[in-house]
This record gives sequence, structure tokens and C-alpha cells, in this order.
Amino acid sequence: MSPQPLPSGIPNLPAGGADETGRAWVVLDELDVKRALVRMAHEIVESNRGTGELVLVGIHTRGVPLAERVGSRITEIEKMAPPVGALDVSFYRDDVGIRSPQQVSTTDFPFDVNDKTVVLVDDVLYTGRTVRAAIDALVDFGRPRLVRLAVLVDRGHRELPIRADFIGKNIPTSKAQEVRVHVEETDGVDSVVVYDPRVLGEATESS
Amino acid sequence: MMIKHLLSIDQLSTDQIDLILKTADSFGEVGTRTIKKVPALRGRTVCNLFFEPSTRTRLSFELAAKRLSADVITFTADSRTSVSKGESFKDTALTLQAMGLDAIVVRHTSGGAPKRLSQWVDASVLNAGDGANEHPTQALLDLYTIRRRFGGIEGLRIGIVGDIAHSRVARSNIKAMTKMGAQVTAIGPPTLLPVTAGSWGIDITTDLDALLPKLDIVYLLRVQKERQVEQFFPSLREYSLFWGLDRRRVDLMKPEALIMHPGPINRGVEVAGDLPEMERFIVADQVSNGIAVRASLMYLMLGGSQELPAPEHS
Repeated sequence: MSPQPLPSGIPNLPAGGADETGRAWVVLDELDVKRALVRMAHEIVESNRGTGELVLVGIHTRGVPLAERVGSRITEIEKMAPPVGALDVSFYRDDVGIRSPQQVSTTDFPFDVNDKTVVLVDDVLYTGRTVRAAIDALVDFGRPRLVRLAVLVDRGHRELPIRADFIGKNIPTSKAQEVRVHVEETDGVDSVVVYDPRVLGEATESS
Repeated sequence: MMIKHLLSIDQLSTDQIDLILKTADSFGEVGTRTIKKVPALRGRTVCNLFFEPSTRTRLSFELAAKRLSADVITFTADSRTSVSKGESFKDTALTLQAMGLDAIVVRHTSGGAPKRLSQWVDASVLNAGDGANEHPTQALLDLYTIRRRFGGIEGLRIGIVGDIAHSRVARSNIKAMTKMGAQVTAIGPPTLLPVTAGSWGIDITTDLDALLPKLDIVYLLRVQKERQVEQFFPSLREYSLFWGLDRRRVDLMKPEALIMHPGPINRGVEVAGDLPEMERFIVADQVSNGIAVRASLMYLMLGGSQELPAPEHS
């Protein structure tokens, strides 16, 4: 199942905007994403009581720019820059051999994770399987003191006993729907779009 | 979508080669960790089946499989195995088939043996060198090494020096390098240059000195000493005089040009004794990159869904 391309222009609409078929609608627009990340940065700093021993690790692909942005917000708040790393979990997934391998990105950990508070950052929390793989990958690098999870969107439907500590937005969804997070670094715009292939629109043939 | 068996470079599209090389970057990173292992192929079994001597290829495949947490068994056809009792290649293959392997890495003295094997077993077959036919993983690791050094392959001028006609390394590399857009010239004694080279899309010359200043990469092949017995050239000394790389010839090269060699090196024949220690002689790079590239290949070939289409190679 390869994801369908969204109708063009949809990710740039303000929150609430939808395409004429009603299959895709914007849940968070650029400002909403920005506010959510600022709030998450504050929450992370508050729960950690500062930036001491704090490191952020983004999960490829869209968790990486999100982690960098949360990192810069934390730097603005605390005047201290937490180290930010990137983690690719492909080799740790539980569906190796079931689905065809995706493009693997490079893991980059320019710091020691031993005795650190590691905040994993991802775009969407869904089944929890990516996070499970990420925790396994992380412990290959050392023994963090604490591991926390920050996600921009929690869409429910967990298949493992995993929950997020810092959440940008809870979006109740059906499993048939898709949640697409766009970030400026890779998609040119910040937005979260829900796509529902079940909605039958008029423009089905014309596209 | 990745192939089931890797028998020849011909099977791979440029996109697939790109994917293999990009994924190899990630395995390069795994190789720098304290725990140089990921669980991707946990529970899979890889068999190294070697009917011909090998050091680096066999060890490299073994390390690559272990980096992926696969189990590795090794079979070398020598006096301690059933091959010495007269077991045929097919019966050896059927024995391995009955053991339920996921991949067989095979090196054989006869060209085409890996393809034959792929018809008898359910496992993925990876060609680790078959006679004078192909050595595709060597070519892939060479592409990867070149790409890391030069940032790309397209447009580079590469000279392959030596016994082109009998070399599986040359055959696979010529296919792979030209496919990725390099301009390849084969250099060597006329008796060891392929007659049909025009159809390979490469240039041919016997004059190494004239070509050296134009090359970005000088790729030396091992002089197979048995070829001298077959009188393809008069003596090893004559070979090194005309086609061996020495200090004088290195000075003819561009300052940034690199020297590669698939190993094992015959010091004093294709290369002067003290040259392999030079910084631009990047054979150690080739060896370490080989692990990452083979891991990448096994991950992509074995880590995919089991419902892959039939192999493209027919």
C-alpha cells in the first residue's frame, strides 16, 4: 500500500481547510505546529528541571527536524543547547521480512547516552512499534538514565504498551485514515493532514 | 523491490545500485559502534559455500551476516568435506537445501555455478565469484569506495590494468562502472585484453604511460601467475616493466587520482613493493567498505517481504 498523493495545496490550507472531495483536511496548520512545539519544549524543560543531562533524539524521517526544532526552542528558553541526535530504526523493526525494506537513513549520535535523559521525538504515535524499535536501537548505544517520548501527534490504536510523555495534539482517528505530518525541512510547509480514502468525492475521476 | 539472487551486475538497475550504496552508509555507521550488530536478520541462516580459496571475501560476508545477527555456517570444499568423497555439486546443493538455509554465498571455479545453484535451492544465492564470469559484490564495494572518495561515479575516468580477459573482477566492474556513467579503459598485454571489448562500451589500450595522466582511478588487477605458465606474456618481469605500477608511473598520475586493487596483491608484479603503503592506494578502504556493502545487500535481499517476484535473471 503506497500512500496516495494529497491534492496539491491541501497542506498549505489553514486548520479546518479541506479539499473539495472531503477526503483530506488540515488538523494543524503552520501556527498550530509552531505553538505545539513551543509548548512541548516548555514541558520537557519543566519535567527535566532544566537542560541538565538532557538529550533529544529524533526518529527518522520527520522526527529528526522536529527534534532539532524542539532543541532550538529549548535553547531559546534555557540559553543552553541540548545535544540533538538522529536515529534510524529500520534494522530494529519487527516487520523486517514482512514488508519490503524502505530507504534507510543514517543514525547519527554525536554524544554519549549513558546516564542521560533521552527524549525520543517522532511525528506520529500510532501502533507504538516504531518506538519499541527505537528503544531497542537506543540501548545499543548505552544505558540512558531515563527515556521519554515526545510526539507531535498521538492518533491512538496502540498495539504495544507504550505511551507518549509529551504530546503536541491528540487526534482521534479511524485505522482506515492516514495522518500525514508535513515539516518545512522536507515538505516545504508545516501542517498535519488527515486523509480518509473512504470518503467518496466527486473529483475521483478527474484527478 | 530487490532481487532474490545476485548472480550478475546485469540484474541490477542504477536505482537498485543507488539503494544498495545508500543503505551501505548506514551499515558503515553500525561498524563504528561499540555494539557492531543490529537484529535485522536474527534467526536467519547464511551459508558460505566456497569451492575456491578466499580470505577477504569469505571473512567479509561472514562479518556482514553477523552484523545483521544472522547465523553463519561455512563450507569449504577441501579434504574434510564430502566433496573429497566425490559428492557432486548438485548433491551438495540438495543437502544444503534440506538444511533450510535463507542465503547461500557461493564461490566456484566454474562460471555459471551460482546460477545453477539458484535453480536447485529455495535460498537466496549470492555470487561471491564464479570462474572468470563475475564477482558482483566486489564491483559494488568498489563503486561504494569510489563514491565515498569522489562523491559520485558519473564522468570519472577509470583505467583497469591487467588480465582483463580472465578476470571476473574486471567483468563485473566494467559492467557496474559503465552502468553508473564512468568512462572505463582497459589496459594490459594484448593477449589479455578481450577481443570483443568494443561491445563492452569501453576503450582499450596497451600504453599505460600515455593514459595515466588522464585517469581519476587506476584499478590494478592481480596478475594470476598461472597465466604466465599458459604463456600469455613472456615473464613476470616483462609484465611489471610494461604494466606494473611503480613510483615513476605514480608521478605521472593526477595528484588526486587513487589506486585500487581487489587483492590479494602480488608485490613486485602488478605493483612495486613499497607502493601499497601510499595514502592514495586505498585497498584497506575497499576491504572495510566490503563489509558494509555486503551487509546492505543481505539486508535488502533477505529483509524484504517473502512474496518477491521471480528473479529477473533468466
